[in-house]
Amino acid sequence: MTEIGWFAIFFSAVFTNNILLTNYLGMCSFLGASKNVKTALGLGSAVIFVMTFTSVLNWLVYHHVLVRLDLVYLRFIVFIIVIAAFVQIVEMIIERVSEALYAALGIFLPLITVNCAILGVSLFMIIREYTLAASFAYGLGSGVGWAVAILAMAGIREKTARSRIPRGLEGAGITLIIAGIMALAFMGFNGMINLN
Amino acid sequence: MLTAFLISVGVMCAITTVLAVLMILADATIANYGDVRITINDSKQITVEGGRHLLATLKDEQIFIPSACGGRGSCGLCKLKILEGAGDPLPTELPWLAPDEQRRKVRLSCQVKVKNPLRIEIPEELFNVKQYEAEVTAIRDLTYDIKEVRLKLLSPAAISFRAGQFVQFEVPPYELSNEPVYRAYSISSDPGKEDEIEMEIRYVPNGICTTYVHRHLKTGDKAVVNGPYGDFYLRDTNRGIVFVAGGSGMAPIKSILHQMLNEGNRRTARYFFGARAVKDLFLLDEMKDFQSKLPDFQFIPALSEPGPGDDWSGEQGLITDVVDRCLETVDNTEAYLCGSPLMIDACIEVLKNKGMPGELIYYDKFA
Repeated sequence: MTEIGWFAIFFSAVFTNNILLTNYLGMCSFLGASKNVKTALGLGSAVIFVMTFTSVLNWLVYHHVLVRLDLVYLRFIVFIIVIAAFVQIVEMIIERVSEALYAALGIFLPLITVNCAILGVSLFMIIREYTLAASFAYGLGSGVGWAVAILAMAGIREKTARSRIPRGLEGAGITLIIAGIMALAFMGFNGMINLN
Repeated sequence: MLTAFLISVGVMCAITTVLAVLMILADATIANYGDVRITINDSKQITVEGGRHLLATLKDEQIFIPSACGGRGSCGLCKLKILEGAGDPLPTELPWLAPDEQRRKVRLSCQVKVKNPLRIEIPEELFNVKQYEAEVTAIRDLTYDIKEVRLKLLSPAAISFRAGQFVQFEVPPYELSNEPVYRAYSISSDPGKEDEIEMEIRYVPNGICTTYVHRHLKTGDKAVVNGPYGDFYLRDTNRGIVFVAGGSGMAPIKSILHQMLNEGNRRTARYFFGARAVKDLFLLDEMKDFQSKLPDFQFIPALSEPGPGDDWSGEQGLITDVVDRCLETVDNTEAYLCGSPLMIDACIEVLKNKGMPGELIYYDKFA
């Protein structure tokens, strides 16, 4: 894994291998919370934060506990538990420390516990055999990529809210079509860096 | 094989235990807000354990704020003025708060956590709100789809309410719901009788509460209600009164008529009651009784679609048309409307067209 540096990993996670638009992970909150830019920004920042730190935590748990005890098949359930506990504790801390941060970011944290993109990032970093530093870069990059995608979508949806959409396509329908077109656009980045 | 199994179980347990201990520690340290002081209406102070939502905290202090969703932020009823200590409204509250309310520092008490000393305002009448344990003493059919349920209050054993107000009836979990559900019903009984309340409940197909009352509730059952709530009551003036009601909208008006009888009220009153057919009419004897005992009261039932066998010589037509036709004057008159939102909106229209000022029209919409 030494041939690509951590910056390349970060960059590719944001653009060429965007977790949302190439892997279609984390779709539920992407569709649900992309109605306005402010909410999207809050949710996006929360995802960046949680993804970065859970990937590091899960890397440590995986390599120092599961691999050593030959229990890698438990990774799915262990990762989910670690993510859930981490999110809960972070929510408590944010609520205690900053009213403003809690209002902007904290209330989205429970949503994130069940965001499949978070688990996806932890699983990909294991499959791709990243080092700890690379996992950090990958987690951060995937978070930023997810946030970029939901911000772009929220920007578009604020516009479509005022446009005349065929009735059968209103809501989730048009949003999925837009997501598809965005995914096509992001495919343009493909081939710049190959991760797999 | 067995050791591998035991190791995996052991490791899982160890990881979960470590995380659980971490969370318990966090809960006891980070999320521990200690005792917090709440100042209510600048006159009363209470000290509560912090860290929970205001609605639940106040409930433990026996202060009941009306709420229909049980604190999930989906009904928008539990609004309170929080003057200090709660910061800015959370995104989960914003859909329920009009710009004007945000300026007046109105918040949803089910979303605000008690963390810092709070200064809040609670409408005086809510202090009278209590939770009552009661026993069902009678259920009778008023029509084919409306039942009258009478409750005897056990603890507390007496309620003080203004005629026209409503209570929330608690439906325990049963086959249609897996958690307690609350529904609002007007009190139809005499406000002078403090040890019992009566409600009129119309059956709504698949309605959680109405199905419970119509199909499951029996005489002798225990029931829980909280209240009283609402600002639909007879204003103390000397104007003439027009009541308009349909269906179970009868309930608060009946209670108000009891009140008028109790206080020897001499005001002119006309009561227009809308129904489809004869089978939808009820409490006719009681109304006749009020008519003979009150000095100037008339009950005017009107049928919109009398059935083929109905021998009907009274008023006919939509209740709005009947009000329009039969009400000679609205000078020095105020109106009390109770029933479906559709009926109320149409009646307000008619009364305003006749020249009644909007601020003299009081109503209770059954949503």
